[in-house]
Amino acid sequence: MINYNKMIFELSNKGRVGYSLPKEIFSDYNIEQLEDSLLRKEELLLPEVSELDVLRHFTNISNKNFGVENGFYPLGSCTMKYNPKINEEMASNGAFKNLHPLQPSRTVQGAFEVYYNLQKYLSEISGLEEFSLNPYAGAHGELVGLMVIKSYHQERGDFKRNKIIIPDSAHGTNPASTVVCGMEVVEIASNKRGRVDLESLKSVLNDEVAGMMLTNPNTLGIFENDIVEITKLVHDAGGLMYYDGANLNALLGKVRPGDMGFDVMHINLHKTFSTPHGGGGPGSGPVGVTKMLTKYLPNPRIKKLDDYFYVENSGQALGQISSYFGNYLVALRAYAYIRTLGKENLSMVGRYATLNANYISNALKTAYELPISGYCMHEVVFNGLTNKDNDIKTLDIAKRLLDYGMHAPTIYFPLLFPQSIMIEPTETESKETIDEFINIMHKIAIEAKEEPEKLKQAPTKTPIRRTDEVFAAKMMIFSYKDYIEYINNRG
Amino acid sequence: MFKYFPHTKADIDSMLKSLNISSIDEIFHDVPKSVVFNGDYDVPSFMSESELRNHFASLSKKNQELTLFSGLGIYDHYQPAVINALTQRQEFMTSYTPYQPEISQGTLQYIFEYQSMIQTLTGLEVSNASMYDGATSTAEACFMACAVTKRNKVLLSSTLNPNIVNVIKTYLKFKNLEFDFVNEVSGSIDLDDLKKKLNKDIAGVIVQKPNVYGIIEDYDGFSELIKENKSLFIINSDISTLGVLKSPKEDGADIACGDCQSLGMPVAFGGPTLGYLATEKKYVRKMPGRICGYTHDLEGKRAFVLTLQAREQHIRRSKANSNICSNQSLMALYVTIYLSLMGKEGLKEVNNLSYQGAHYLYDSLVKTGKFTDPFKKPFLKEFTLETTIPKESIQTALLENGIFGGIGLDVFGEQYNGLINFTVTEKRTKDEIDNLISILGGLS
Repeated sequence: MINYNKMIFELSNKGRVGYSLPKEIFSDYNIEQLEDSLLRKEELLLPEVSELDVLRHFTNISNKNFGVENGFYPLGSCTMKYNPKINEEMASNGAFKNLHPLQPSRTVQGAFEVYYNLQKYLSEISGLEEFSLNPYAGAHGELVGLMVIKSYHQERGDFKRNKIIIPDSAHGTNPASTVVCGMEVVEIASNKRGRVDLESLKSVLNDEVAGMMLTNPNTLGIFENDIVEITKLVHDAGGLMYYDGANLNALLGKVRPGDMGFDVMHINLHKTFSTPHGGGGPGSGPVGVTKMLTKYLPNPRIKKLDDYFYVENSGQALGQISSYFGNYLVALRAYAYIRTLGKENLSMVGRYATLNANYISNALKTAYELPISGYCMHEVVFNGLTNKDNDIKTLDIAKRLLDYGMHAPTIYFPLLFPQSIMIEPTETESKETIDEFINIMHKIAIEAKEEPEKLKQAPTKTPIRRTDEVFAAKMMIFSYKDYIEYINNRG
Repeated sequence: MFKYFPHTKADIDSMLKSLNISSIDEIFHDVPKSVVFNGDYDVPSFMSESELRNHFASLSKKNQELTLFSGLGIYDHYQPAVINALTQRQEFMTSYTPYQPEISQGTLQYIFEYQSMIQTLTGLEVSNASMYDGATSTAEACFMACAVTKRNKVLLSSTLNPNIVNVIKTYLKFKNLEFDFVNEVSGSIDLDDLKKKLNKDIAGVIVQKPNVYGIIEDYDGFSELIKENKSLFIINSDISTLGVLKSPKEDGADIACGDCQSLGMPVAFGGPTLGYLATEKKYVRKMPGRICGYTHDLEGKRAFVLTLQAREQHIRRSKANSNICSNQSLMALYVTIYLSLMGKEGLKEVNNLSYQGAHYLYDSLVKTGKFTDPFKKPFLKEFTLETTIPKESIQTALLENGIFGGIGLDVFGEQYNGLINFTVTEKRTKDEIDNLISILGGLS
């Protein structure tokens, strides 16, 4: 059914319904009694379809998607690990899912207990004092973490500290979050070893620096082994250290951000703690801080007194950044994951993830150019093929992988190399799966040499082929209404 | 061995051998010894699946599932069974952002259909693929207005839900932008005060319909005034009500925003929900978030892709207008399935049934003589009354009967003392409503 090619609007047939609503009881009242000037006049363009129509439509389009349960998903920086089914079962529990966020504390003690204990577990795993689970996603966590840093300096009256140091290898969200937080970005170049260059760092440290954002392992998948010096240098200059938790999975059980000297961090629960990516969200980006910064965490906060949990809104907090408690049901899934693994298995996550990545790195380094030698952490970055003949690009390699039934790695990121291929296997993949991936990657390298057209034409076995992105940007067809107009104009 | 780790001892040995090392810990030799974590985390020991189920069963007992007469942004509407069945499909749930369109047409197509539905409900030309929630989408709308007009101040209606105001205030404060409030007059934004406060510094005006009191505000004359001042008009609406109420486009809005929780999502203790954001195409380059567009593949087959990505953080970095990356994609699927099932007739019926129940409750409560309406303005499914009955007595009496409702608006601050919110959706039965009336009628 991958040739299914309908939009839901095209199934519409006037008079068909897909719902069942209660009978009218209070027929003395009718919405038409509202003043006419308040009512909508414009027709709604919504489909009229049956329940089975809807099921078939969305089932058919789902078959054009690739999920973690379809096959290997080595998307670097995204930690596409298995999303456990039991977590879904727990999140569908009516005693959580049917709670209104304004219910009195005494009626939601179980929900608060999950929130409170999850933030405690995250604090322990991170070596920090306290977390807020309110931020909705990683980038939202970055913004909130930077707000904490800014609040800290401003409360001390140190208003000139408005600069955030960010390495050139950082995720794009780092500089974007900094600007949204009303601060300036100072970018520093990486050294030849792909790490922070200490001399460059020293040269930008001054009394205008509010802090530094760092991902460790960095986006090249390597550990910043000067981390102790880095955090000391920034602290000595009066700045705070922000840990971008996007790559935390590598360190589970081995290193805690707080112990490295970080003051503020976010965690992507949808990466390290197994909650589903949902085709791009909802994620969850809890923010953790050291003891001196807890007072700035956003409202509302869940506190505990004896065995009773309650909500606190503090005047010292940086403010409110979400309507209520963030993506609560996502956090609940992460809680179920942590309880399932327990301390025994949590401590193995980073080890297996890094073992898998190094096994791939070692097996592919002859066919693919490895720009930084040595051990990687949870992911490995290649710079295209070793053999650069035939003008085969990273894009071609990625698209060819799709033909072999695997998801592509992250490509063209980090920006440090022109042909970056970033591979992150995660700990939930078996040796067999990884061996198969390695074999396919070698096969593609041979194809690149012997049958380059196969790569340039790839993919050919997917529901669609390569797309015309220029057309999309030029025509700006963003809705079914636009589409109908386009078809009519085209004649 | 553990169920999420497929590594056997033999696997590990052979992998280590290929790396010429004898233990996994050697991989971490770059980590300074002083920061290596030795020992176990202070978290509980692992649980079997049965133990986890039992644990959640005992946590569940500490929560009370109540009959909800509560709203203020989170509504207890009917969720068709089809939604859960489809959103749980791993193809949708476990996939990543659709950066590889060849194997992501499922996600991209439902985003396109979602955008189409938001387009028709708001009447505006373009919707993005989703924001975190209604409050953050409104804050981003403020940023957009400032970017479009190159001005630094927004006007906020005093009748906005304080949760939205609080989030906007935080976002503006850190971005060094300013705001002021437009006064209210008998529960609605005051047009005269707006006139006074509009000037060349104002980037946008943000209003809410229905507002914090549940009142359906009338924006007759607003858009002309705001346009004349070259500011943007931003309307936050509970999206479900747009099935029957005048659309943001019909009200002359430049940006429409708000929450989509009312379209097929559980109340979920407040999240995840989804924020929608729509505008006219002339402003699309200042719009945050992902946008899906129609195109074709090299064989001419219909296809959908993420487009205009040069606006976004992963390309534009510090020059991007927003830092949003992950959004609430799966919740957009909830919306798309819900609206596919309901169609325009179902959405009208949901609103009408909610209207009928809410007005029956309103008349009955006013008839008891214990509740009065300080505003006497049109409303749809939620309304605000004044009462002399202490709000604690209301809450306690209702909770004893398994009901949550009659929320004292002073949860948002003392300026709302004495005001009580009631919300009725199509899920509330006549028995439930009559029970609520009889409990409240017996209080003093």
